[in-house]
Amino acid sequence: MAKTHITLKVNGKTVEALVEPRMLLIHFLREQLNLTGPHIGCETSHCGACTVDLDGKSVKSCTMFAVQANGAEVVTIEGMANADGTLHVLQEAFREMHGLQCGFCTPGMITRAHRLLQENSNPSEEEIRLGISGNLCRCTGYQNIVKAVQYAAAKLNGVAFQEAAE
Amino acid sequence: MIPPAFAYHRPASVNEATALLADLGEDARPLAGGHSLIPMMKLRLASPEHLVDLAGIPSLKGISQDGNDIVIGAMTTQHELIASDLVASKIPILRETALLIADPQVRYMGTVGGNVANGDPGNDLPAVMMCLDAAYQLTGRGERLVPARQFYRSAYVTALAPHEILTAVRIPVPPAGHGAAYEKLKRKVGDYATAAAAVVLTLTGGTVASCSIGLTNVADTPLWAEEAGRLLVGSNLDGASVKRAVAAAEAITSPAADTRGPAEYRTKMAGVMLARALERARQRAR
Repeated sequence: MAKTHITLKVNGKTVEALVEPRMLLIHFLREQLNLTGPHIGCETSHCGACTVDLDGKSVKSCTMFAVQANGAEVVTIEGMANADGTLHVLQEAFREMHGLQCGFCTPGMITRAHRLLQENSNPSEEEIRLGISGNLCRCTGYQNIVKAVQYAAAKLNGVAFQEAAE
Repeated sequence: MIPPAFAYHRPASVNEATALLADLGEDARPLAGGHSLIPMMKLRLASPEHLVDLAGIPSLKGISQDGNDIVIGAMTTQHELIASDLVASKIPILRETALLIADPQVRYMGTVGGNVANGDPGNDLPAVMMCLDAAYQLTGRGERLVPARQFYRSAYVTALAPHEILTAVRIPVPPAGHGAAYEKLKRKVGDYATAAAAVVLTLTGGTVASCSIGLTNVADTPLWAEEAGRLLVGSNLDGASVKRAVAAAEAITSPAADTRGPAEYRTKMAGVMLARALERARQRAR
């Protein structure tokens, strides 16, 4: 099958490639660009481990073809850290709040939470839970993930993080 | 999972897209958000030789008002539907329903046109479109407008011809003061409905002046429960009237037994969802 030429921006860098139309975006990122942060979990659009940011949308990169991303701007977990190498506030939040255990879901959780906070800078607990409902975590029970997103939101808004009483 | 090979086409206009579909014949499928088709391809349940991606056609995007109708371009995403102030103010049941589709990531990609055109009885918007008496604009060699209530034939079989594209959904705005609700029973976020019910009604002094009911995922097509709605007109939604309507709605269901439960259970849940939707619609009506 003829390959298709695509040009896109990934983590700020322009990438050109020839891809088979059937190549999924997750395979393109992981196998051609060696960006192994986005994970392959369920492969059925349920788990969200493959979530990346694409033109301001959170998308499951296992459920779109690389050719559909032609001309798009993609951010993966590898593109989240600050320019000076320090952790992005969400990465710091997940570390400080123990928002991960095995870490498999974390790249998807953080890229998704990033878009959620872009759209709603001060989400309620319920809005956070609904906002990350397309990302499954089998370790934490989500409590500390929600806290991590609250921590990041507080920090981005310049207010002190107040942990809710349990 | 790696889907089967296909050739990729990205037309820039509806004319170009329909010409491609006509030329390529049955081996071609239009690609909208892809969140039904791509999983099917990964499972090798679908293996089109050509995909015609509709994402590059600007005229298929957007939500506007045309007289008393809201017109939604087929490639408008469910995320955009949820974010629309026009939809929220004129037809709030659409926003309520879209929020119950899958999960946020799927809704950024999933489109209104794909959801209603695919013919999957588990999709949530079709029953709501039937309830609202929406019409689908189909474009092929010419254009035609097909009422949602006449569009669905059986699972994945619709009035859409292979060379046609559903380009827009046209929805009459319900009267100001109407009450509406969509009640969906599902096991978890992202699941299809065990059963769901859509209600749009108007009240005059506490008496039902009009009532339309749609049901999701309790037959091989979405259902418009015409008789159930008619039974409620003239009532004040008292217990006995609601019971009669619920029985009429349950009578037209024929769900499959699946992992969501036995057929009898899903039929009963359609009735429970209907009773809840009627109550919420009543509270919202003015």
